[in-house]
Amino acid sequence: MKRIIGVFKDLFKDYRFVVAFFVLLLLLALSLLSSVSPYDPTRTYQVPRGLPPSLEHPLGTNWLGQDVFWRLAFAVRNSLIIAVVTAVFSRIIAVLVGIVSGYKGGLLDRILMTVGDTTMVLPFLIVLIIISMILKNWAKSFFNLGLLLAFFSWAWDARVIRSQVLSLRERDFTRVAILSGMSTMKIVYKQLLPHVLPIVFTTFINNMSWAVGMEITLAYLGLGIDPTVPTIGTMLQRAIYRQALFLGLWWWLAAPIVTAVLLFIALYWLSTSISEYLDPRARFQRIGAK
Amino acid sequence: MTFIKTYLIPRLLQYFIVTFLGLTAIFLLPRLLPVDPIKQQLQRYQSFGVYIPPEQQEEIMKTLKQLYGLEGTLWEQYVNFWKRLFTGDFGPSLSRFPVSVSHVISQALPWTIGLLSTTTILSWLIAVITGAIVGYYRKRWMEALDIVIMIIRPIPYYVMALICLILFAYVFPIFPLSGGVGIGEKLSFDIKTILSILKHGALPAITLMIGGIAWQFQSMKLIVQVVRADDHVWYAKVSGVLEKMIVRNHVRRNAMLPMITQLGLQFGGIFSGALITEMVFAYPGVGWILYDAIMKADYNLIMGVMCISTIAVTTSILLLDLIYPLFDPRVRYR
Repeated sequence: MKRIIGVFKDLFKDYRFVVAFFVLLLLLALSLLSSVSPYDPTRTYQVPRGLPPSLEHPLGTNWLGQDVFWRLAFAVRNSLIIAVVTAVFSRIIAVLVGIVSGYKGGLLDRILMTVGDTTMVLPFLIVLIIISMILKNWAKSFFNLGLLLAFFSWAWDARVIRSQVLSLRERDFTRVAILSGMSTMKIVYKQLLPHVLPIVFTTFINNMSWAVGMEITLAYLGLGIDPTVPTIGTMLQRAIYRQALFLGLWWWLAAPIVTAVLLFIALYWLSTSISEYLDPRARFQRIGAK
Repeated sequence: MTFIKTYLIPRLLQYFIVTFLGLTAIFLLPRLLPVDPIKQQLQRYQSFGVYIPPEQQEEIMKTLKQLYGLEGTLWEQYVNFWKRLFTGDFGPSLSRFPVSVSHVISQALPWTIGLLSTTTILSWLIAVITGAIVGYYRKRWMEALDIVIMIIRPIPYYVMALICLILFAYVFPIFPLSGGVGIGEKLSFDIKTILSILKHGALPAITLMIGGIAWQFQSMKLIVQVVRADDHVWYAKVSGVLEKMIVRNHVRRNAMLPMITQLGLQFGGIFSGALITEMVFAYPGVGWILYDAIMKADYNLIMGVMCISTIAVTTSILLLDLIYPLFDPRVRYR
């Protein structure tokens, strides 16, 4: 417990961490608020439409008769769920592939890395568009969309983990473990995993913000999630599609844009401050990342 | 000779395998699309109010299949696909029928290449120069620049483009909202048209450059900070080499290598166009026709664009690997 407090004390010396921490806390609180929302997020015409921000409707109402504030609460929640699902699953794939191909090597390594390279060479956005068109109804639920995004974001990090494992494999402590007859599973679990975990944590946050960005992009293209379900992407898309600006309802468009910008900055600052705290040299590794 | 055996041949082999796998995936993917181009074409005929009896429908479908190159089993199509690829023929575009894919692409390519190569080179140059300066001399006012970059960097491109569009085309109408050239203007080489093209391209270019500069500036800055602490820089300083010369010859040259890799990768990506930019600004480039093709299940056009872009990416990576020692004498082929 004392150690955790100490870590936080150190982290709070970085202004980026402080800002990111409180912004994320705010957004998290907003997403938790969605569970006490007085309105159903998918229904329309529940309140008078086109009202400017007021006490009763903190962010006004949109042209479809929905309260923007409460919709935003749902949107933040759903977008965060997509992000976490993507990050968790792609980390799992990346760790598995990275450790197997790094530790086993040989033909399996070649095959896995070639598959990874191929997914990186293909014009990724286009492939994603085509796939989400093929899986039209399947990708409409946001949990499934998270899975889909996960399958596209493991390759780079698997490579990073593999190179880490390659060097760990040659270290003395691994040799000792092998010679003393430790089983392979136990070596992986005890000797390799602890060294790989920092990579997993720092890329987790980057992956989350990438997933939110992809969700927004897909929503703009009219793919991905069912547009009546609020996420940051679908809110933005609806506002643009219904010409919010030309109707003069700037708050309808501004709410998702400001939230998105805040969320991205917070996630980025969080990840940079944490990774600099964990390893000053990590600054250098991030250069290659997306 | 060992160079050829131990490096060049495996590298070339890898290049061909990755390209082959990529192209195969490209062949398969559009065929999984839920939209059937032939049925779509039939519907288009019927929407004119033409009644087509069932037996004639069969005939029409057969002819269309022949025309589109969709006859035979998947395997036969696949073999045909490779045969055509080597002659550079992607067949006719399905959605704009008699026009060939090569023609459609060649119409859109100048727009994309014009926009993207300018922004890529410009933002790379700006980022490398400013990044080196800020990374080497750390002055107070530079920290402010750092914070600005820290704010711009994480914002995804699409949101950034949207903000720019709202600010500079709607709130302050400086730039036109969309298009590559004014409506109804013919493409020619007089001054008015060129000005119009520049004016329409300015906003997409600015948004592309903001994102590119922020990202590459940061990479450059971080690398320079590391190189700056190296022994050889220290030695140069101690032996009294001018600071300007140190930055130019000892720091920037070393720090540039990863940046050159990034530039090369970006150049490969130019051919697939900037999908989002072109959609947000309705710019008539490759990304735009690609999106259109996907929505209309225009197999041939999708395949044409994706083949070109995949080959461009893999080839630029190969070229980079091969010319790398020119920039860095320390790199020897394994």
